[in-house]
Amino acid sequence: MINTDRSKYPKKIDGKPEIDLDSGKYLKIWQGPQHPGVTGNMALELTICGDEVVECKTHVGYLHRGFEKLMEQRKFIQNFPIVCRICVPEPDTNEYLYATAIEELGGIKVPERALWIRTLNLELSRLGSFLMQVGGQAGAFGMGTVTQWSITHRDYILDLFEEMTGGRVYHMYMLPGGVRAPLPEGFEDRVEAVLKKTEKILSDIEKVLLNNAVFKGRAMGLGIITPDMVDKYGVVGPNARAAGLKRDVRIDTPYEKYGELDLKYITGTKSDAYERTLVRFQEMFQSISIIRQIMKKMPEKGPFYVKTPNVLYWKIPAGETYKKAEATRGEYGYYVVTDGSDKPRRVCVRGPSYTHAIALLQDLIVNVDIADVPGLMTSLHTCPPEIER
Amino acid sequence: MKTLIDELKKKYELKKFTQQNEFTCFVTVSKKHAVPFITHLRDVENFTHLSLVTAVDRIEEDLFQITYILHNYQLKMDLGVRVFINRNEPVMESIHHLWKQAATYQRELKEMFGIDFPGSPGVDESLFLEGWDNIPPMRRDFDTRKYVSETYFPRKGRKTHDPATYMRNKLYPTENSQ
Repeated sequence: MINTDRSKYPKKIDGKPEIDLDSGKYLKIWQGPQHPGVTGNMALELTICGDEVVECKTHVGYLHRGFEKLMEQRKFIQNFPIVCRICVPEPDTNEYLYATAIEELGGIKVPERALWIRTLNLELSRLGSFLMQVGGQAGAFGMGTVTQWSITHRDYILDLFEEMTGGRVYHMYMLPGGVRAPLPEGFEDRVEAVLKKTEKILSDIEKVLLNNAVFKGRAMGLGIITPDMVDKYGVVGPNARAAGLKRDVRIDTPYEKYGELDLKYITGTKSDAYERTLVRFQEMFQSISIIRQIMKKMPEKGPFYVKTPNVLYWKIPAGETYKKAEATRGEYGYYVVTDGSDKPRRVCVRGPSYTHAIALLQDLIVNVDIADVPGLMTSLHTCPPEIER
Repeated sequence: MKTLIDELKKKYELKKFTQQNEFTCFVTVSKKHAVPFITHLRDVENFTHLSLVTAVDRIEEDLFQITYILHNYQLKMDLGVRVFINRNEPVMESIHHLWKQAATYQRELKEMFGIDFPGSPGVDESLFLEGWDNIPPMRRDFDTRKYVSETYFPRKGRKTHDPATYMRNKLYPTENSQ
């Protein structure tokens, strides 16, 4: 019979398991960088004993593009095509944070209407990203149909983005001073139509996924993050809220128009992969409600852009700031330093996956069955591009 | 926040305090007092969340600026702790014992800026750049263009064009031939 009590076996020396690969008890396998069960381009070096993982090391570096270095060599405006490419599912958070940091350091005040449009943009992008995550979560447990439903509905949101910004995935819509264009005519009706469709599919997914015996059996008890781990590992977003902690950047330190909207902390208690899915489900319904509130309050007239100095010669006084927003994965931050020249001195991007996919995942994965590794990774909503900027 | 910093000013010899916005402040602390100050912030003042550890190359002053961004969930405030270290002796005390994720940030700073954090787990292992044999790339004196032209060019069959001339030739071929 296999000994599954990992408290004594493998033996630990200075907190590290003593693993002798020559003993034949262990096997080292790589999951990724090209693997359907890995989120994006990263690799997990797993040491397994039978079906169970006894040790894991995250390897990144497969898509490092040197964005932070490139940004130091380009003028402020030239960095917009770069920042959005840091995150495919949710590029708008990057655009917003970079734009708002420049506005703060450059002393630009954004008009009211632009703030509302930006909030709409950010929330739509959150909804789209959540739909992608739920698809991934279901796919990781073998339910590909749910993936197709949710990705289709994310595509309807991308249609809205295409209409609003001209681009489906990368928008470059939020610029210092406001947004590039006002909302198209009759946009509200089309947003409402997409929200209705999304609500319908979410209730279908809820029935198919959350009540599914296989999903329940595999996700319940998987990857439990205890409340004391949250600060120790720097856990944020739905992963922290599923552990019962009330933490949401939109409520704690409101930005744009979030302070004028009705939203609440969505928390869980059990803090396993199932609970995190539940929290994300409720987050999606809340996002839909927020988008409806925004559309009701959206000013119809007024400037959506304020003139900035000539962007090709714009020199921003020396300073530094840290701006953050609530992305689907949690606190997303931009640390921007200027030195009085026409280029940023330093831009550092803080993505939640930096800790979720490395320090946290490496410890949570121990004792998890190898078949559940993709499900665990997806439940943490890890995204390698924000680790490698 | 100003009151808190004023209280701790003497004990940790704090310098330049900046209230950047409603939710963000920055303060400078010496290298010697940095880790005790950060530990105090975490254990006593409830700055329990470490958002970011990063560095800025102040090459003109021969300094590296290390910035730790901490967050207090009760006050709902971010505090950026700035530490300036000598660029020619880039060594800083590690904080991996305070937060688990700090080890990864420190590993990145070692690779990208060459700042060492003795004792930090895996600090000497490469994080992104396997087999890198040049100066740390995020330093200001690392020339990306030079590196690229030396490492990747000339590549067989690859041509580069001046965009303006290329477009002019494409759009107005007859004018250019005259």
